Amino acid sequence: MDFFVQLFTDPVAFWNSHTLLIAQIGINSIIASSMFIALYSGQLSLAAPGFMAIGAYTAVLMDLYWHTPLALNIAAGVVLAGATGVLVGLPVLRLRGVFLAIATIGFIEALRLGVILNLPITGEGLGLKNVNPDPLGGIYLVLVSLAVVLFLVWRLTKGRLGTAWAAIRQDELAALSQGINVARYKIIAFVLSAVLAGFGGALESHLQTFIDPGDQQYGVTRAVQILSFAVLGGSGHFLGPVVGALVVTSLPWIFVQAQNYINIVTGLFLIAVIVFRPQGIVGRGGLTIIKPWWWPRRNVSAPSPG
Amino acid sequence: MDQQILNAIFIGSIYALFAVGYTLVFGVLDILNLAHSAVFMLGAAATYSLVVNHGQAFWLACIVGVAVSAVMGLVIEHVCLRPLRRRKAPPIAALISTIGLALIIVAAIEQGQTGSFFAWLWVDGPNSVAFPPGTFPNPTWHVGDLTLEAAKVAIIPISVVLMLGLGYVIRYTQVGRGLRAVAENPRAAQLMGLDVDRMISLTLVISSALGGLAGILFGAALGDINPYIGRDYVEVRGLAVIVLGGMGSVPGAVVGGYLLGLIEVGALVTLGSSAGGGVAFAALFLMLVLRPQGLFGAQLRERI
Repeated sequence: MDFFVQLFTDPVAFWNSHTLLIAQIGINSIIASSMFIALYSGQLSLAAPGFMAIGAYTAVLMDLYWHTPLALNIAAGVVLAGATGVLVGLPVLRLRGVFLAIATIGFIEALRLGVILNLPITGEGLGLKNVNPDPLGGIYLVLVSLAVVLFLVWRLTKGRLGTAWAAIRQDELAALSQGINVARYKIIAFVLSAVLAGFGGALESHLQTFIDPGDQQYGVTRAVQILSFAVLGGSGHFLGPVVGALVVTSLPWIFVQAQNYINIVTGLFLIAVIVFRPQGIVGRGGLTIIKPWWWPRRNVSAPSPG
Repeated sequence: MDQQILNAIFIGSIYALFAVGYTLVFGVLDILNLAHSAVFMLGAAATYSLVVNHGQAFWLACIVGVAVSAVMGLVIEHVCLRPLRRRKAPPIAALISTIGLALIIVAAIEQGQTGSFFAWLWVDGPNSVAFPPGTFPNPTWHVGDLTLEAAKVAIIPISVVLMLGLGYVIRYTQVGRGLRAVAENPRAAQLMGLDVDRMISLTLVISSALGGLAGILFGAALGDINPYIGRDYVEVRGLAVIVLGGMGSVPGAVVGGYLLGLIEVGALVTLGSSAGGGVAFAALFLMLVLRPQGLFGAQLRERI
């Protein structure tokens, strides 16, 4: 409860003591928005951590070897992530549902285990030291980026592109028969989501002193976590992933007394939200509550024949 | 080299046994049960705890371990899947609820330390433990230059018999016909008078019992039991296996399990330990791109 008390009574002290948390929420929101674009176009892609890794390693390595400015590093990371997005997105274009999810898991694990852990330049399994980190000052960059990303995602989903994505998500065959170039719009969404993930990864690496190639950072565990942000927050509205990232990332700070059991709290929270609001926190409709079979109900008399 | 092939076969048996449960749930419900790897871990952890902390006989602990896993299957169905089915939620919602349950199970074991709330379940926290020697007879034979450990060799017939048994049940019994009917079309199955919810509960029980048993065999043969064995060893590999064999196909999962074992050991021998995992996942990606129905898949509903 201290979390909320401080948030409302002393926002300045809250900002100072929770800067890292706020920055992490911002990063997670950007990456969750990347997953949102994929989901919005009906693609259950879990490739985000792979593109994050590409963005992060590109930015840090350019800084390390060429001492280029931050903006250029991030831009290079984003471009490389987008290019990889085209290479990965084209072959998986015809896959749907969990098939796409598993193929993208194959991509991120092949990248992490096969490439990152084996290249001498990425520090192999030991990780990579970031020589110019900015854990505290980077927060302004993160928040401004988040605002820009959210504005773009909002405009995109409201525009022609978003309408096409929504049509594809609801019924790919119907969209095709309406003359929508399904393949083109799907690849646009996939690459945009790769670009956003690469951007998020590059930003995140700027805040960290150390790039760790672990499962929690660029593996399946991270992918599943990002998916939970997007779905829990609501994958039908552009603010949903942000709300999901905000709530799930701050859970350990809200339930600080339950520190050891925080994963149990998070698990219960995920199940409760998804069971009572399958559409996510942000979205139409109220709580769905279904009475258990033993609950007394009104007598509904079936019309008797004759 | 022969030793490596033998290793591939026995690790493949564990993959197959784990993946059969995974694929069974996908085949019937079209849902990926992401709590399956947590059940795998729970089976091993409960059995170890019964033997070491509660002083029970190994065979009894195994039976209870499988029973605990089966009950967890019911929990998955009643907590994570059935409420969502009632609400006609999209399949993606079930991913999140099963992830939530997996988080809870892993955290409960991880936090099981002497004096903590979960001490009755597990006392070794996140540490890795092994069954003490002498828990079960484990003679070692030497045939030529092969080393055969009974605990590892036993896995092969156990899993083959179980998978054949499951195949028989699905193919030839009344229950199996019910399962296949629900997999084909739940609505039609219901109209034909089948209790669909019951069939789905049964699917989860069978699947989780097999997953838990795979965990017990893994723990007994490899001597490595900790809260993360599900996540580290079988979660993603299980996905690779069911894709290789074809989503929802039980014989496919069996062949896929052995195939993945061979691919991994082959990559290990030729490329060294760290690249091996990368090769397996690159194979998974290529398999999906080139042949999404897998080697034995018949269900193409999710594909264009």
